[in-house]
Amino acid sequence: MKKIRGRLLLVLFLSVISLYLFIPSWPSVYNGIPDGFKWLIPPRGVSLGLDLQGGIHLVLEVEKDRAVEIAVDRAAKAMQDLLTDKDIAYETIERVGGVQVQLDVSEEGKVEEVAELIRDSFSSYFQASQEGRTLVFELIAPEVERIKNSAINQALETIRNRIDQFGVTEPLLQRQGRTEIVIQLPGVKDPERAKNLIQDTALLEFKMVDEDNETKLGLPLQVKRSEEQAVREKFADQVPEGSEILFESIQNGEDGMPEFSQPRLIRQGAVLTGDVLRDARVNYDDFSEIYVGVTFDSKGASEFGKITKANVGKFMAIVLDGTVYSVPRINEPILGGRAQITGNFTTDEANDLAIVLRAGALPAPMKTVQDLTVGPSLGRDSIEKGLKTTMIAGIIVLIFMVIYYRLSGVIADAALVLNLLCLLGALSGLNATLTLPGIAGIILTIGMGVDSNILIFERIREELRQGRPVRLAVDAGYEKAFLTIVDSHVTTLITGLALFVFGTGPIKGFAVTLCLGIAINLFTALIGTKVVFDLINRRKLERLSI
Amino acid sequence: MLEIVGKTNIDFMGKRQIAFGLSGVLVLIGLIAMIQIGRGAANLGIDFAGGTAVQLKFENAIGIEEARRALGKHGLHDAELQEFTRDNKLLIRMKTEGTIEQNIAEQIVQVFATEFSGNTFVVDSSTEIGPTIGYRLQQDALLAITISLIGIIMYVATRFELRFGVAAAIATFHDVLAVLGIYFILDKEITLLVVTALLTLAGYSLTDSVVVFDRIRENLRSRRRDSIAVIINKGINQVLSRTLVTTLTVVLVLVPLTMFGGEVLQDFSLALLLGVMIGTYSSVFVASPLLLAWPGGEGRLLSRGR
Repeated sequence: MKKIRGRLLLVLFLSVISLYLFIPSWPSVYNGIPDGFKWLIPPRGVSLGLDLQGGIHLVLEVEKDRAVEIAVDRAAKAMQDLLTDKDIAYETIERVGGVQVQLDVSEEGKVEEVAELIRDSFSSYFQASQEGRTLVFELIAPEVERIKNSAINQALETIRNRIDQFGVTEPLLQRQGRTEIVIQLPGVKDPERAKNLIQDTALLEFKMVDEDNETKLGLPLQVKRSEEQAVREKFADQVPEGSEILFESIQNGEDGMPEFSQPRLIRQGAVLTGDVLRDARVNYDDFSEIYVGVTFDSKGASEFGKITKANVGKFMAIVLDGTVYSVPRINEPILGGRAQITGNFTTDEANDLAIVLRAGALPAPMKTVQDLTVGPSLGRDSIEKGLKTTMIAGIIVLIFMVIYYRLSGVIADAALVLNLLCLLGALSGLNATLTLPGIAGIILTIGMGVDSNILIFERIREELRQGRPVRLAVDAGYEKAFLTIVDSHVTTLITGLALFVFGTGPIKGFAVTLCLGIAINLFTALIGTKVVFDLINRRKLERLSI
Repeated sequence: MLEIVGKTNIDFMGKRQIAFGLSGVLVLIGLIAMIQIGRGAANLGIDFAGGTAVQLKFENAIGIEEARRALGKHGLHDAELQEFTRDNKLLIRMKTEGTIEQNIAEQIVQVFATEFSGNTFVVDSSTEIGPTIGYRLQQDALLAITISLIGIIMYVATRFELRFGVAAAIATFHDVLAVLGIYFILDKEITLLVVTALLTLAGYSLTDSVVVFDRIRENLRSRRRDSIAVIINKGINQVLSRTLVTTLTVVLVLVPLTMFGGEVLQDFSLALLLGVMIGTYSSVFVASPLLLAWPGGEGRLLSRGR
């Protein structure tokens, strides 16, 4: 009889532990606990998956080759600056192909000097060829590899910064393989905005407007967003070398208004880029127009001062990711190291712009490999319907068991409830994420729990039919069903483990609940109900209600 | 004592020719479905094929034809549309060959915002999957299925005998193929969730076969003089009430889930429902008869109860 007490205590103990672990997942109870006692309760429970609470699952791939090109572009710009400093005239200095910079020096006599200068100052480039006045320098292979490898880490760091500032609870951000980044943002209300925030390269450039040629070209004053490409093609032949057409948004698509933009002729090559920014804040000007105020670091401030001093009276374009935000006229040299970015911002847009400017630019554009977005309403729908039907189905099964197996059915029902309680407690204790397939796994577990009891009961019935006394029939029933139950559970467990190890995403969530459920099932079916039957058997029953 | 079936004595083995014929047809359809999937001709969900799916929830109902016209006008042809009339929901799917850089999801949302400006809507969900990831998911799913099948054959073979393991595995495969075939004929979309359902039913069908096998093994030990066919028949009859009661309870769970579980769970539970019924059939009519079909005749089964 002592053995019964031990098992009974074990069952009770597990129920209490499960209930305790489950409390944080049950908001109405958890919030009812006075704050002073909250430390007694585990802080985290089950979290809901993206399919149940809405959110974003993104897999992005860093375009590594672009990262190298951007680095080479930057070097080309630095070479221009160097030659300008040394008063050496050149025709063009630009990137050709992926990893080479081609320099066309004006005077043939200076070529040697230039080659030597570049060799001294750019140690990660070697001279690939020299022909007449043309020099070609190439980025060395190990440096190419280094840039590619650091691109993904930089991107990860930048995106992490942006998300932190955006304020998402429990974001998940991790590297996957050599080039991919997985981002999960549960519960995001405005998915489109969050995606833009993450994916904008946020390359801020200050460029000069090619004013002389712009008037000659006769660009239209405003075009629809959809016509931009056509305008670009129409003027492609007339655009002078060293300049390009970029578009300034003059009316965004809010309130159902059409989107308009103005084509501008902008000189290629930025005079200054966003990497010299120290800070970016949202502000309102005297007309309560919203703007983003940026502060340069000391190097940026002196550069900006120099540039504005040299270009007083001209127009400067502030370009972000290839779109012109505003084109202020430089009225006087700006020496304080501050600038304002105006545009047709909403408050959200201005906030997001400030965030991406503070967090810095991505080293290269990101390509979307996978994008799963679930709106909050669908998530709520799914959880309501999923839980409601699960409950209805569960109640039908409970009733069925009592009708079919009478009092023994009640014992089986108790085992089912215990089963569910332990499963929820375990999921809660492991801080597992509950998804729709996870709920399906729970349903399957309930099914298997019922099956175990049916197996046992049918066996007991068989024994009773053969005229065995109740006690022997129960023992024989359990004993004979035991191996069957173990075999069937282990085979399902093998499937579950294979799914867990090799499955991805939703399949994995399903596998977790299935494996846990099976383990708990074995316990409740073989020990939980048996102890109750053993208790009943102490009364030496003549008949069993089964 | 309430009983669905009492003590039965049905000659299941005698009907095995009919059963093999029926199963042959089911498996054949399943195999055709597999080949079509391999060729990319089946209705693969975008999570495997790559592409874009957007689900919108409208204020007022919207017709499929209207929606198709609106999409076509903006150059988005070949869209597959499906409506859930109860909630005014519309699911738009586009399988794209190239990358998803063109941002088709956003384009689709734009089209509806401009063409149906009087009818406000929210984006319920949007999914964009690049073709490489779809391919990887396919590989992962195949690997998981292969590994679990091998594991199951090995386990059942050690617990019973090789022919039991192989018979259970074939019966399981039969069930998965049959449901796949039915989905193929119904032109239902095969998504990651449906594959999960297929794997679940593999586990379920296995349990069924193991329960029957267990009883057959037990009988092999105690009734040495009967023929194998008689012993197998006896075993199936003995567990018949369990088989039916269990199937009934699982069906009781799955029917409400299929009907009211919401659009996400619907296809999942339908696959399970079909699978559970086929699994019950196969444990009786496929797995057990296969024990007899094993080359080497009846005589040496389990060395006649070691």
